[in-house]
Amino acid sequence: MENRRRLKEFLPWIILVLLALIPLVQRNPYILHMLIMVLIWASLGQSWNLLGGYTGQVSFGHATFYGLGAYAAGLLYFHKEISTWYGMLLGPIVAMIFAVPIGLICFRLRGAYFALAMLALAEVLRLVATNWISFTNGSVGILIVPVVSKVLYYYMALGLAAISFYVIHRVLHSKWGFYFIAIREDQDAAESMGINTTYYKLISLLISAFFTGLAGAFYMNYMAFIDPHVVFSLVDISIMMILVVMLGGAGTLYGPAIGAVIMVLLSEVFRAYFGHANLLILGILIILIIVFIPDGVVDISKFFRRKQHA
Amino acid sequence: MLEVKNLTKFFGGLGAVRDLSFQVKEGEIFGLIGPNGSGKTTIFNLINGFYHPTSGDILFRGESISGQKPNLVCKKGIARTFQVVKPLSRMTVLENVMASAFLRVSGVSEAREEALKTLEFCSLIHRKDYLAKSLTIGDRKRLEITRALATRPKMILLDETAAGLNPAELDQAIDLIKKIRTQGVTVLIVEHIMKVIMSISDRIHAINYGQTITEGTPQEVANNKAVIEAYLGEAYA
Repeated sequence: MENRRRLKEFLPWIILVLLALIPLVQRNPYILHMLIMVLIWASLGQSWNLLGGYTGQVSFGHATFYGLGAYAAGLLYFHKEISTWYGMLLGPIVAMIFAVPIGLICFRLRGAYFALAMLALAEVLRLVATNWISFTNGSVGILIVPVVSKVLYYYMALGLAAISFYVIHRVLHSKWGFYFIAIREDQDAAESMGINTTYYKLISLLISAFFTGLAGAFYMNYMAFIDPHVVFSLVDISIMMILVVMLGGAGTLYGPAIGAVIMVLLSEVFRAYFGHANLLILGILIILIIVFIPDGVVDISKFFRRKQHA
Repeated sequence: MLEVKNLTKFFGGLGAVRDLSFQVKEGEIFGLIGPNGSGKTTIFNLINGFYHPTSGDILFRGESISGQKPNLVCKKGIARTFQVVKPLSRMTVLENVMASAFLRVSGVSEAREEALKTLEFCSLIHRKDYLAKSLTIGDRKRLEITRALATRPKMILLDETAAGLNPAELDQAIDLIKKIRTQGVTVLIVEHIMKVIMSISDRIHAINYGQTITEGTPQEVANNKAVIEAYLGEAYA
């Protein structure tokens, strides 16, 4: 019992150190790229997880914040030639600014309104970014010159993922975290316990938007190219974020990380081995996972542990 | 302490509560009785802020609280339990109560301390590490009360906390409610089980079809013709 708790305490640090050591032994750019994508997706998954998994507010349009973060960084360079590194400060802030009115309007209501409003917002922003050519360069997108090495990007992605996991972990173990979960479990009960549900749902959304925007701005830096159909994509961003969390385990700390590994690596492996059938097979696999381990892959270990005890 | 004045609530054309007035004094246990569908839970929802009254007013310590949001009403010192219990299922019992305790303290360790104290007071401490969804109905009802008390209320609204309990649990529930009053918390209780409401209430207010039938001591109310009529029908009155 004591050992298990100590392991739980040190596990994140052990993982962090191991991940930090990888570039020392492995500098294959392709492998590093895969790992960077896993880290970005782990961070994105965790952002969605805070709002969707812990606070119970499902968003079908988190590409909104991702795209805003990416475009904030990209446009800063495009118009003012200000380095996209500064965009990594601006991106999350812009994402949060857009989150405020959405949260204030939708979080007074319950049910599907927020999910649908987010879906609509992401699509609207995609169309705006496509058609407002004078400002966004439209479908042509924004191209910058990448400046640092892959190894450095790897460490930045690791830092990004580590910070988002750490901050969200801390938030969850504070008053806010208790309030978020209480809101998810029963909003009436939460209100009658004195919780201002609209306000705390908004806080959860702001934190989620911040880290999603940050990941978007990092993506701009790393890929050195964005266009509206990539960063505001419904399928490739909004739905992918939900899948990462659902596969890994919603409302768990490690779920999004596991989900990111599965989604990024599997889709890559499948693309290599199954050719045009890769999406079909990935889809079937996702269905199987959802049917047989509905609480996510992290639940497998819980499943075995329960058996041991019984 | 609590003054309900000419309270009226219509749902469309249906008058759930009509021109209802009563006063709860500080420190008393005030019972609210009435047959099924007579509007008791609606009254709780009006006081607690889930519903806005159609007309009338609710004063708490001289201040109008009618139409205020539930979280503000709770902050002002009125906590409630639910007839259909609402445990935060995937949290432990301790976490349930901690989430409530955060209303008055902001640190995690203070909230834990407060929650443990309240669990101890409500004799639910032995269940603190259980998931709320794994509790029996008796313990769930107790968790409702514990959670309400953890917000340090001046007044607590108990909505049928004794329903579904076995005889032994009933006696424990009665003891707990009496104990709550000794802590200086005023109790407004809705209850169907006469054993409970008659033995603990200082005064009882009886309603039917959302309107007052009578008010008085348990003895007076139990012998009132209109009350018997409302519960058992005209033939028994």
